Amino acid sequence: MGFLGRDIISIGDLSRSEIDEVLRSARRLIPVAEGSRRSDVLRGQLLALGFFEPSTRTRLSFETAMLRLGGQVITIADPLSSSVAKGETLSDTVRMLSSYADALVIRHPNEGASRLAAQVSDKPVINAGDGAGQHPTQTLLDLATMQERFETLHGLKVVLMGDLRYGRTVHSLARALALFGTELVLASPPTLRMPESVRRELDQSGIRVTEESELGRAVRDADVLYVTRIQKERFGDLAEYARVSASYRLDPSLLGQVKPKFIVMHPLPRVAEIPPEVDSSPHAAYFRQAFLAVPVRMALLSLILTGKVPVPGRG
Amino acid sequence: MRDLKVSPIRNGTVIDHIRNGLALEVLRILGVEGLGKDSTISVAVHVRSQRMGWKDIVKVENMELSPQKANAIALISPSATISIIQDYKVREKRPVDLPDRLVGLLRCPNPNCITNQGEPVESEFEVIRRKPLALKCLYCERDLEDFIPHLAPGASGTRGNGG
Repeated sequence: MGFLGRDIISIGDLSRSEIDEVLRSARRLIPVAEGSRRSDVLRGQLLALGFFEPSTRTRLSFETAMLRLGGQVITIADPLSSSVAKGETLSDTVRMLSSYADALVIRHPNEGASRLAAQVSDKPVINAGDGAGQHPTQTLLDLATMQERFETLHGLKVVLMGDLRYGRTVHSLARALALFGTELVLASPPTLRMPESVRRELDQSGIRVTEESELGRAVRDADVLYVTRIQKERFGDLAEYARVSASYRLDPSLLGQVKPKFIVMHPLPRVAEIPPEVDSSPHAAYFRQAFLAVPVRMALLSLILTGKVPVPGRG
Repeated sequence: MRDLKVSPIRNGTVIDHIRNGLALEVLRILGVEGLGKDSTISVAVHVRSQRMGWKDIVKVENMELSPQKANAIALISPSATISIIQDYKVREKRPVDLPDRLVGLLRCPNPNCITNQGEPVESEFEVIRRKPLALKCLYCERDLEDFIPHLAPGASGTRGNGG
């Protein structure tokens, strides 16, 4: 199945070879994302961003991706100042956006909102996060970050740390990594362990999955540490939150024992999970990860709107 | 001679082989309010069955089951069979058969699902496993294995052509 005109709602909608195609295309577009090469492959195309909940990184990286490829954007960035605040349904707002633009990017607090938007819209819809649901472009840029560092994802040992229960994006990432044959180590507080249903799927995929509560042991021979935020609202008892979040903080001294190419990733924003001292370490990859959001989203927009990825010229 | 615990009906529908104890749920699905004055319902609960040990039976006179209601019954009791009776004879007998996709039959248990937000959209579930039955919401992708509390009012009330 080609990409032209297609909706991207869940990472499960993409096969391994399609994910590979996006990652390959994204790498080619890095110079354009950096501004050292120019492309106007999306000139004349208009992207509508419907952001029904606040987001900085995701919205700006989609806008940047579109503008860097010569396209233009219209944005609902603040639902409180739009007709949504007057009680308009998502369906009606999406119908309007799809009559104005050539493709839509939707971020919404309710799970399944992008799937609904895709049904209502006659233009392609990209899901930019629906509540605790899917966030496929985040998974793609996570994979791109690992692939840039290690060339191949196969055989990597990836530690997923933090809230593995509620963070559905970490479930999508785990499923995608399973497609590529990585080994997974799950490091979470007992109350925030990965749900059984996801765990079963991972086990059935044939990859090696283990649990390790002691972070030092988990990272010692790992390639990637993927840190997620532990959210305060998941805890009824604030003292319990303070205790758990303190024990799931990356201790910079652990980086003294890791493999040379080891990287620390985080979808950002971080709170206290990764102390600022780690930022200057060669192992810190989370800002590179945030940058790679741009070429990955460029690749996806280009594939969906034109069916191909440009070969960037000098500029 | 067999001892008939529920008298035969002339015209109507017999729902047999209902999982023991679920007859009242089947009645809820049929929606008594929507029935005409000639539609008497007979219920037999805890009946001996060679195949199942124990079963329930519901007979409704002068009513044909809508596909949506048959799907709802299949959901709570996959073992059920449906017989259409005409002039005391069984015109058609078939097991309930659940389609791969169920539209508007269940309410998604996830309160944050977009189908629970007043949007003009019907719930839609996909069968992801038949034994034991498991469904997945096509919108929020949440799994569902316990159906009775989540049957949509439309599936058990007056919607469809059950009268």
